[in-house]
Amino acid sequence: MDPVFLSRLQFAAATMFHFLFVPLTLGLSVLIAYMETKYARTGDKTYLRMTKFWGKLFLINFALGVVTGITLEFQFGTNWSRYSAYVGDIFGSLLAIEASVAFFLESTFIGIWIFGWKKLSAKAHAGVMWLVALAGNLSAVWILMANGFMQNPVGYVIKDGRAELESFMALITNKHGLLEIIHVVPASLLLASFFIMGVSAWHLLRKQHLPVFERSFRIGLVVGLVMALFTAFTGDLHGINVSKTQPAKLAAMESHWETQTRAPLVLFAIPDQENEKNLIEIGAIPGILSFLGFHDFNAKVTGLLDIPKDERPPVLPTFVGFRTMVGLGTLFILLTIYGWFKRNNLTENPTYLKIMLFAIPLPYIAMEMGWIVSEVGRQPWIVYGLMRTAEAVSPISTTQVFISLTGFILVYGLLGLVGFYLMAKTVKQGPEAAN
Amino acid sequence: MELQAIWFFLWGLLWAVFFMTDGFDFGIGTIYPFAGKTDTDKRTMLNAMGPLWDGNEVWLITAGGVTFAAFPLVYATMFSTLYTPLMLILFALIFRGVAIHFRGKIDTPAWKRVWDFLIFIGSFVPALLFGVAFANIFQGIPFDGQGFYHGHTLKLLNPYGLLGGVLFVLLFIVHGANWMAVKSTGKLQARMAAISQKTWLALVPVAVVFLLASYFATDLWANYFRYPVLFIVTLVNVAALLSIRYFVANKTYFKAWFASAATIVLCTFFGIIGLFPALFPSSLHPDWHLTAFNASSSPLTLKIMLGVVVVFIPIVIGYQIWAYHLFKDPVTEEDLDMDEAY
Repeated sequence: MDPVFLSRLQFAAATMFHFLFVPLTLGLSVLIAYMETKYARTGDKTYLRMTKFWGKLFLINFALGVVTGITLEFQFGTNWSRYSAYVGDIFGSLLAIEASVAFFLESTFIGIWIFGWKKLSAKAHAGVMWLVALAGNLSAVWILMANGFMQNPVGYVIKDGRAELESFMALITNKHGLLEIIHVVPASLLLASFFIMGVSAWHLLRKQHLPVFERSFRIGLVVGLVMALFTAFTGDLHGINVSKTQPAKLAAMESHWETQTRAPLVLFAIPDQENEKNLIEIGAIPGILSFLGFHDFNAKVTGLLDIPKDERPPVLPTFVGFRTMVGLGTLFILLTIYGWFKRNNLTENPTYLKIMLFAIPLPYIAMEMGWIVSEVGRQPWIVYGLMRTAEAVSPISTTQVFISLTGFILVYGLLGLVGFYLMAKTVKQGPEAAN
Repeated sequence: MELQAIWFFLWGLLWAVFFMTDGFDFGIGTIYPFAGKTDTDKRTMLNAMGPLWDGNEVWLITAGGVTFAAFPLVYATMFSTLYTPLMLILFALIFRGVAIHFRGKIDTPAWKRVWDFLIFIGSFVPALLFGVAFANIFQGIPFDGQGFYHGHTLKLLNPYGLLGGVLFVLLFIVHGANWMAVKSTGKLQARMAAISQKTWLALVPVAVVFLLASYFATDLWANYFRYPVLFIVTLVNVAALLSIRYFVANKTYFKAWFASAATIVLCTFFGIIGLFPALFPSSLHPDWHLTAFNASSSPLTLKIMLGVVVVFIPIVIGYQIWAYHLFKDPVTEEDLDMDEAY
């Protein structure tokens, strides 16, 4: 066990745990702002009950998202000080902009939203929620831009042994970052929609609070359908970009060993990184991988064998992660299309409602898998082609990292349990009574 | 003034504003288990900071982010050499954050006891450790030219470091009690005013001892003797500290809070001015000091970030003042009855 491995584990645990709460708050904030606006405009109390019910669930997630986010910002300094010193000129500024432009706005206005029901008019209060939603998603934009730099460094020049900013414009128009934004932000809305549909399904199955949950389900369905299609579309764009800028990641995503034209898509495989081949390979469809990677059936796709051994990412997690994400993405499209045809008589389709209830975890899994593809697939680089993860770690002792990692796992584990318990309790309680 | 010097003082200012804003939250959390005699008292205290503490905490994120952006080498060295205390602070902040949000979610004494304890830990530990950390930075941290740490974490708890910690805790308690006096009525308000006054009696000697100890333990005074005009900052600081007592005795609690806010900002600047141009001095060798001039980002980054900060920080201050204004009245029973209240 070395500090690099432990620090990676700690960062992975902290990021993935953080990302259990953030997508829901991003997506839900927009949907709640919409519901509250409907209330402010029409005075329809059902929309107020919806706003308050989903608002409670939103706040539990918000609290957990914020506290786990703070530790992430500081981990770059504590555990990855070599990285911070090397690219801080660029990466640090994106984080600082995120804090001063977006996170301030979100955190200040969330306090006003929680406590301001009687101090503000209905319209102003709904406006506050729009600011929260805007600021939260703006935070995501800056963070994804920062990640985009790690994936595809642009706008820098190496000077005095570190990366210095050369073009801020290049940095904020980084194609990789922009593609991440148009994939991840809609995916968060998709996740929030499935959350709303799943929770609503639970109540609809029990035939309780029908006005609130029929309406909520429909909002979730419309947004979910649009976002499922849009996420698939932007995922495809993202894939084409990755195949050009990060060939090693593409090869690992597909467990593709030999460089070839008309590269086949393998439906199922068990990668064997040690022996540089696939143990089992079932259903290779010629040309499809070339098409998916480059929109050309005859394109040449680089195989892992043509990438130096010490520049290959771990194949198994990248491969499995990618397949799971794409498979689930397809399922989301099918589920929402089916739901669209049943939208007017949901309560007469208990099987569909049950499926939607049990589908709540699926977008979470898809998003975590997406991060595994993105981050593990980038290894061994912390900044693609520029700095290796192993060179980025702080000169700290293994013991320090081991103790803090144990702390993270314990505290986050407990927080996860408490958060889940409170959410389940809030869901069961249902919305306030109509009066 | 040079760009790097401007950034040095902006860096100091962001930390000062963080201590000024979140400082009273830490103070309230520290006295919370002792001053809150009833559940209503406790809820009043939580709801007094409820609408504001989230936004206050972001000053820490921004201070951290700006250190990263403007002085990456300081960010890297500061947080990796102070690894253990920073992790303790982060865990404490996690506890505080969830505890404030979750305490009221279930109405049983056992549930509340757990979160009450964590609110205290989550406020007291950061207050103490930020003070310890900054006092140690004033003395210099044992790291070499490669950023390797040659000290022992427990050595941070040396007498001067602990004195800094105690000073911070007392300052924040006075500041928090002043805010509570603004935000409460009746018996609770009287109790808070008394806490502010009693703690002030302890704060003054500790502040004096800290200033004297700084002469022996650090080089902070050197800049003052070089440019005696800087003593004005210290004099204003003393005036602000003394006026707290006056305003509390006069029951003009908002002015008292303002005075404690000014005291905290000026105390931070006492150190910042003394440090200049170093942000993170090495106690091993002056050549290894990380200063505004050898640890900064490129001029382009500093310029762009200055643009961002000059435009957005006033906007932030603007809407935060609006939020403070919106929630300036004492917490009432009606507030506590609200479904959303903590």
